[in-house]
Amino acid sequence: MIELTDVHKSFGKVEVLKGITASVEKGEVVCIIGPSGSGKSTILRCINGLESYDRGDIRVEGARVDRAAPSIVSIRTQVSMVFQRFNLFPHRTALENVIEGPVYVKKERRAEALERGRALLARVGLAEKAEVHPPQLSGGQQQRVAIARALAMQPKAILFDEPTSALDPELVGDVLSVMRKLADDGMTMVVVTHEMGFARDVADRVLFIDGGVIVEQGAAKSVLNQPQHARTQDFLRRVLHPL
Amino acid sequence: MQAFWRDTVEFLPILMHGVALTIIVTIGSLLLSTFLGLIWALMRVSGIGVLSGLSASLINVIRGIPIIVLLFYLYFVMPDLGVTLTALQAAILGLGIAYSAYQAENFRAGIEAIDKGQIEAAQAIGMGWWQTMRRVVLPQAIKIVLPPYGNVMIMMLKDSSQASTITVAELALQGKLIASSTFKNTSVFTLVALMYLTMSIPLILLVRHFEKRAGQK
Repeated sequence: MIELTDVHKSFGKVEVLKGITASVEKGEVVCIIGPSGSGKSTILRCINGLESYDRGDIRVEGARVDRAAPSIVSIRTQVSMVFQRFNLFPHRTALENVIEGPVYVKKERRAEALERGRALLARVGLAEKAEVHPPQLSGGQQQRVAIARALAMQPKAILFDEPTSALDPELVGDVLSVMRKLADDGMTMVVVTHEMGFARDVADRVLFIDGGVIVEQGAAKSVLNQPQHARTQDFLRRVLHPL
Repeated sequence: MQAFWRDTVEFLPILMHGVALTIIVTIGSLLLSTFLGLIWALMRVSGIGVLSGLSASLINVIRGIPIIVLLFYLYFVMPDLGVTLTALQAAILGLGIAYSAYQAENFRAGIEAIDKGQIEAAQAIGMGWWQTMRRVVLPQAIKIVLPPYGNVMIMMLKDSSQASTITVAELALQGKLIASSTFKNTSVFTLVALMYLTMSIPLILLVRHFEKRAGQK
């Protein structure tokens, strides 16, 4: 469903992605792990066309991702994105945030969008917060609204860019459990995360990225429990046993 | 004091004609400067090099020319180029253009104050540039922009008196005409000053209201 072939990307003189080749099948949950600055987020941003890439090829359901082409709108409606810092629209209520895309991009009827929006907020456990503005919500609640906003587009896949990194530790669980439910429902997900427990339990596959290349990939349990590569072993040791 | 009241009764009706023109010039140039300022600002943040460069140069040229020279140019030079404007048209156009530069910088600051993450979120749900502006950026930028916008309104009200230099008989010029024919300088100019102040006070209160609201967020 999502295919990356030899993707290269530089910011100025710094090459962040040095030939990434990977694919995500329908219904699969893929976690991308790796040290800060390794290019994990850039991969997601390239898939969604928030960044351009210099070389290689990214395809979503066979359509080439080109952020300058008109086709990018259709790709973005198929592949939603959830951001580290939620990026909700603070001047609109939770419900308005959720229906913004369906009503103004997909031109759905407002009444239908509202009904579905309410159902989605209920699904992420925030039915009673529909009329509340984001600044009045906790980080965890904001992120769940952001997930509902992503789901409202009825996407074929959702990209999560470190969805719990900006949250207080006690709020992480709520967001992860919503994500786990999504995975159980068969949603295709690509998740950049530092939550190794989530990756181990929920992901089908894990990609370990360092220095702009995929160092190791495979079934989640085998990469996380028996990493083959020294860099993966070193990274996991530092993440799991920071002291 | 009694003389002042007598003069007030006598001159007020004539000065009110001036007030009408002052208001027309102020509102006309306010609308024009808002419209042009918004265009310059959107060009500036468009991300298209040619447009943003053009807008930046325009703003600098406009900022670098005194309002009075701009008015003279429109009223006295344009006819030589085949474009004849009435004094009122030239005044509205001149003040509108002059203030568009300040409006543009104000609008740009408001637009750039919106978190980039929200713009990315809008793009990520498939919104185009204009839709992102209209649905996400501008509604929030307005709140930020309003207090300085109110100050511009006050400045424009007062600067509309510069239209007197190209024969628009607004409040200041009416005052000057009455004063020079009656020699009652004190009464007339006190009255003129009070009338400007009376018009400014509601605007000053409006700015205070905007500031309070922006502060609440």
